[in-house]
Amino acid sequence: MSKDDVYVIGTDMIKFGRFPDRTVPDLGAEAALLALDDAGLGIKDMQALYCGNLFQASGMVGQRILHQIGQTGIPVVNTANACATGATAFREGWIAIKAGLYDLVLAVGVEQMGRGLLGGGGSDKGIPTEGLLGSGTMPTVFAELGMEHHKKHGTSFEQFAKVAVKNHHHSTMNDKAMYQKETPLEEVMGAEMISYPNTKLMCSVNVDGSAAAVLCSEKKVKELGLMDRAIKVRASALTSDPFTDRDLVMPDFSTCTRMAAQQAYEMAGVGPEDLDLVELHDCFATAEILHYENLGLCKDGEAGKMIDTGATALGGKIPVNVSGGLLSKGHPLGATGIANVYEIVTHLRGKAGKRQVEGARMGMTHVVGMGNAAAIHILEKP
Amino acid sequence: MSEAASELRPVTDYVKLPANGEPYLEGHKCGNCGTVFIGARHVCSKCFARDKMEAVKLPNKGKLYSYTIVYRSFPGVEVPFVSAVVDIEGGGTVKGNLINIEPDPAKIKMGMDVDVVFKDAGRTDKQGNHYISYFFQPAA
Ligand SMILES: [Zn+2]
Repeated sequence: MSKDDVYVIGTDMIKFGRFPDRTVPDLGAEAALLALDDAGLGIKDMQALYCGNLFQASGMVGQRILHQIGQTGIPVVNTANACATGATAFREGWIAIKAGLYDLVLAVGVEQMGRGLLGGGGSDKGIPTEGLLGSGTMPTVFAELGMEHHKKHGTSFEQFAKVAVKNHHHSTMNDKAMYQKETPLEEVMGAEMISYPNTKLMCSVNVDGSAAAVLCSEKKVKELGLMDRAIKVRASALTSDPFTDRDLVMPDFSTCTRMAAQQAYEMAGVGPEDLDLVELHDCFATAEILHYENLGLCKDGEAGKMIDTGATALGGKIPVNVSGGLLSKGHPLGATGIANVYEIVTHLRGKAGKRQVEGARMGMTHVVGMGNAAAIHILEKP
Repeated sequence: MSEAASELRPVTDYVKLPANGEPYLEGHKCGNCGTVFIGARHVCSKCFARDKMEAVKLPNKGKLYSYTIVYRSFPGVEVPFVSAVVDIEGGGTVKGNLINIEPDPAKIKMGMDVDVVFKDAGRTDKQGNHYISYFFQPAA
């Protein structure tokens, strides 16, 4: 493995939204070109493409993106890893450069989502079991995890709801977010209850979107003279779920996240106190509370207090999801992991406008897919 | 209609309907580490022991580990209902509907004792077959 670091030298995302008249490769191509433009490079400079997309995993999306932006014949790897899909594509690019195979690669994450509830599909034989053997929908899975936290630590409906108030507030400063709308606490708590304690405003938004990043070896960054805009990848970690009690019926999003966080902190030689901002996987408001503890941003049992004190709001000790998060920016599964990278890089470059975390030097991205895959990256302004 | 056209079936493969006797939930217990899994398997994913799995009849008693009250589900599914995660006595965790209790967080106590009961699922398949399902209810 190369001792040289890997850098992000270009990244961008499209404004998330609903684009039923466009195709997945078309959306991916747009982000790819934006990221290449940001790096001042072209597709002819890329030595490999890593493409994350979930719902068309068998559809050769990466190659079809190249059909739109330039068929250079480079190797293409398509990844699918639930909500960790985009982060996995990014990490595969990082691995290839670390291995010394390439100096310049492109990572793209893209998704076109349907609307409505995810999960709970059940089996195709017999009778549908949704609502009979409990519920398998994603809001239910995360409601049951939130209630587990409530049982252990007394976390309240109001504290969970405050996560949505915060992230929706953050999104008002991000014109690439699906929504830019304040949602006061009464509105969040009074919104349609989906699965207690998650109301509709505490569930992530199903949107279409894409994001991309250009990764580059240290040697090549220097050669290209791009160090002034380069952001260093200090750590990349990916885990699967080890056995834990109940994980057959309660997907365990925490253990794989804790393992990935520990590995990432170790690789970077830093701790949570060194981070200036975090983009974490707030697929539901309850999830964000759990991940404060899973990522070591606070001690176990103190996440409720953490949201109460405003520590994770812009201007607080460790701002979380200043992009608006999945709750408000939107959650196009395969694009989310790379959109998180875009957000952190933008802050580390000091280009985040109204939502800029002042003086940010180091940030973390986190995604977790189905409780089976957690991916964490730590990025730093060199 | 003939009997075959309205055969009584288990709602899922870990519900067992013995020819003589009451329905029960089946677990698979690792002979090496004692972990109880729901669903048949050959290797223990906790201790990695191979071919130590033994089918066991699970008791009809457990404790409520976590739950949610579901207000929005798939079209046609009656709401609200309580989706409950129950630790079965002696090992194994099962998800199901908690019935005969008000769907109100103030009324549902974490850790409460529940019984596993079996009855008609109330849904039939396209062939008109009836299904036996399990439910949780507050312990008698
Ligand atoms: Zn075992």
